[in-house]
Amino acid sequence: MWDRNQMAARAAQELEDGMYVNLGIGIPTLVANYVGDKDITLQSENGMLGMGPFPFEGEEDADLINAGKQTITEMDRTAYFDSATSFGMIRGGKIAAAILGAMEVAENGDLANWMIPGKLVKGMGGAMDLVAGVGRVVVVMDHTNKHGDSKVLKECTLPLTGKGVVDRIITNLGVLDVVEGGLRIVECAEGVTKEELRAATEATLV
Amino acid sequence: MKKVYGSAAEALDGVLSDGMLIAAGGFGLCGIPELLLQAIKEAGTKNLTFASNNAGVDDFGIGILLQTKQVKKMISSYVGENAEFMRQYLSGELELEFTPQGTLAERMRAGGSGIPGFYTKTGVGTVIAEGKEVKEFNGQDYILEEGLFADLSIIKAWKADETGNLVFRKTARNFNPPAAMCGKICVVEVEEIVPVGSLDPDNIHLPGIYVHRIIQGTHEKRIEQRTVRQKEGA
Repeated sequence: MWDRNQMAARAAQELEDGMYVNLGIGIPTLVANYVGDKDITLQSENGMLGMGPFPFEGEEDADLINAGKQTITEMDRTAYFDSATSFGMIRGGKIAAAILGAMEVAENGDLANWMIPGKLVKGMGGAMDLVAGVGRVVVVMDHTNKHGDSKVLKECTLPLTGKGVVDRIITNLGVLDVVEGGLRIVECAEGVTKEELRAATEATLV
Repeated sequence: MKKVYGSAAEALDGVLSDGMLIAAGGFGLCGIPELLLQAIKEAGTKNLTFASNNAGVDDFGIGILLQTKQVKKMISSYVGENAEFMRQYLSGELELEFTPQGTLAERMRAGGSGIPGFYTKTGVGTVIAEGKEVKEFNGQDYILEEGLFADLSIIKAWKADETGNLVFRKTARNFNPPAAMCGKICVVEVEEIVPVGSLDPDNIHLPGIYVHRIIQGTHEKRIEQRTVRQKEGA
């Protein structure tokens, strides 16, 4: 089974040299630690390309934050722009990939990651724009919830963020692709068998 | 025509009215028009609708107008980090129109550009699409979203010249240019007003045609999530 960092490392393998990429909050943020020598430009949807690491203490700048409202730094290649331009490049398919967390994913690529009815509703932020617009959507999440129920489903039960938008799912148990008729196992995590992956998956596997 | 005013209260004099729609710039607490929001609080204008990506925190940003119950409705993409907002929303005192972040930015840009509606893929097949026209282009579904036409825009920039040409700083630009564009009147607060001719005409982020009133002031610029890394070997 993969831990958070191993999942992030596996997700980093999805990225190719020269890509412009948007990383979501949580495990997806860790992906930046594993890109190695690849020339990857990170987008922050509030209005920045070329997002650098967190600042050293005392070097924080209130005018320089990421989409999670955390203080960050700029790089030599950094460009700033307004939010309408930022989502223009997202909606316009200029961002090659987004790596996002999820609450549920369905076998047809439906994604739910913004709202649990009856619980505190915070909003979708830019998630709906990202999944509708970017070239490739990779979900990184735990395969099951804390009750042990599968989060990889035949149909999502929660309100959707996007319909038929997910291309690949990376979980603590392995990697699955959304294909015609269901999901296809791409690989199993270290120490996980195909049978264990199947048993933890409610979705149809083809 | 003179655009520079002496204070936030002076700059808002005669432009506030109960029930108006205000577009506000900022993302989280970054690049928000904090001085103008404080002045609206002091003016006591009521039943306001705000088109703003976020609703501030309890004691800063739009949050200060929630405390005084001056806000009737929010048009936003993300309203976490604000307990008073949640209390008013769950008790039915406050209306909320969730709008995806990119759709909100584009609704502002479109409104300011004379475009009353546009089609987007964002939100197709979700609750956001409910009640909206769906149209197919090249085999894909898109939903109709409407341009925003605000009565007033309040924004924050880094520098302005006396004609209202604006320069923003880093990610504090965010929603400020589109919010500025969509209002009948735009009031901007800046850290520094510089003489005409001292900004590079090739590097104006928002031309002064969109800006009607300007004030200079001192900003708290609060940080919402201070995040740092350790120096190696430290």
